[in-house]
Amino acid sequence: MIEVNHLVKKFGSLIAVDHLSLKIVPGEVLGFLGPNGAGKSTTMKILTGYLKPTSGTVKVNGLNVEHDPVSVKKLIGYLPEGAPAYEEMTTRGFLTFVAELRGYVGSEIVARLDHVVDAMSLSSVLDRRIETLSKGFKRRVGLAQAIIHDPNILILDEPTDGLDPNQKHQVRELIRSLSKDKIIIVSTHILEEVTAVCSRAVIIADGKVLEDCEPSALETKSKYHGAVTLTCSCESDFAKIRTATEALVAGPMPVVDEAAFSMTLFQGESDQALLLRVTKLLDETGIAAEVVSEKGRLDEVFRSITKLAEVSA
Amino acid sequence: MNAIKIVMKRELGSYFSTHLAYVFILIFLVLSGVFTFYLGNFYERGQADLLPFFNFHPWLYLFLVPALSMRLWAEELKSGSIELLLTMPVTIIEAVLGKFLAAWVFAGVSLVMTFPLWLTVNYLGDPDNGVIFSSYLGSWLMAGSFLAIGSCMSALSKSQVIAFILCGVVCLLFVLAGYPLVLNSIKAWVPLLLVDSVANLSFLTHFNSISRGIISLRDVLYFCSVQVVWLAATVVVIKARQSR
Repeated sequence: MIEVNHLVKKFGSLIAVDHLSLKIVPGEVLGFLGPNGAGKSTTMKILTGYLKPTSGTVKVNGLNVEHDPVSVKKLIGYLPEGAPAYEEMTTRGFLTFVAELRGYVGSEIVARLDHVVDAMSLSSVLDRRIETLSKGFKRRVGLAQAIIHDPNILILDEPTDGLDPNQKHQVRELIRSLSKDKIIIVSTHILEEVTAVCSRAVIIADGKVLEDCEPSALETKSKYHGAVTLTCSCESDFAKIRTATEALVAGPMPVVDEAAFSMTLFQGESDQALLLRVTKLLDETGIAAEVVSEKGRLDEVFRSITKLAEVSA
Repeated sequence: MNAIKIVMKRELGSYFSTHLAYVFILIFLVLSGVFTFYLGNFYERGQADLLPFFNFHPWLYLFLVPALSMRLWAEELKSGSIELLLTMPVTIIEAVLGKFLAAWVFAGVSLVMTFPLWLTVNYLGDPDNGVIFSSYLGSWLMAGSFLAIGSCMSALSKSQVIAFILCGVVCLLFVLAGYPLVLNSIKAWVPLLLVDSVANLSFLTHFNSISRGIISLRDVLYFCSVQVVWLAATVVVIKARQSR
């Protein structure tokens, strides 16, 4: 378990983390979301014992990171932002070095190396220098060193940044396969990633927690949640629909795209069955239109939550 | 203890995989040859000893050691690998010692590579090998002190160039402190006691007495304490970076 209590980190006059408190239990995959400079990386650096907090405490399995850093570091696997490594080393040399520092000796090292090389598909680059590897491979080498000691806590700072879609998929699969009884903290600004792998989403901006909920609950916060988009094939149908749906508008004003003959109707606070009413209306009037029900747009939630914080700050 | 060894092994390995090791040893050997035979008048002196060789070591180290030490921490800071190293179960003291020892062992290897000079002088005459051994030890201890200063300077900056220059300047101060030029110029206006303490701070004073063949505890302790102080300073600088 990780307990973060009123964590504050100041760099000169800049407050990077501002009284942040969190409690994370085993089995949770926590997605750390926030704009650039929100304090995600700084928080992770404090959790892993790389930076010292200005005030506040971090406890990992009851151990205070500041008082007993080495014991805490043994429990954690960490991928720093940008996956730094000793670039002049080969993949094998680098992973062996990390395994040795993690306390493995002799044949254990070989076994651990085999395991992570297999998990991250690194066998083709095992004897190549890290500086010659592509971004995707470098990231996978970074992930491999983070999981080499099968840690109970895995902290990954933007693990999929700069990867192609296949590689992103692979990393997400890895996170899912690891997540059973571990704590995994993933920072990202890719919102789909949070719904894809995380069981909990924490949005931070200016060092403060703005939102802490399940990823699906985040979607319901979107004004697009339960919204219905209608698309017609010709202008005359579109004009008819616009007049016919006027009565249905209870919530925010519809978004209209004249060129595409498309409009999005939003659910009001009180009415929950917008889709049903729209399909009924189409049946009654006999207008042909494509109907799409929206789940909620995370991008929009993210923007509205973090912008709101900017305005109130 | 084990962590120190692992960090040291990796660091030493990187000297060789980046070819720094080969370039360094080559330049060290060529320059010590030039200094000994041309500037030191090795043959003309007609004496079978290695004094001309060792006399130039403080000056040789002045720019060779910063070249070796500048990357110790600056490179880690620049590439971000320091974040990786310091989130492993390693204490800062272990990391500092491991890296320093790698550089020091490497300096020792470079010194050992000058053994042909020792063979030559033994072939030509009948030198006092005790003095030569003592000089080698003194030179190695002095290199360690230079490196400890370099380690601290390297932790101060992300830029290896800045680390190089800072290390060169601080080492120059430590060398010059014992030079007659400096001592004579301050003799006129400071008390003798202070002149002695300035001279005592100098690498030259202690190195000269060891290279005369006298391994006194005082000189060995001096070099060791310079190393301890500067390595402790390195730990302080890195800790300060963490809580800046």
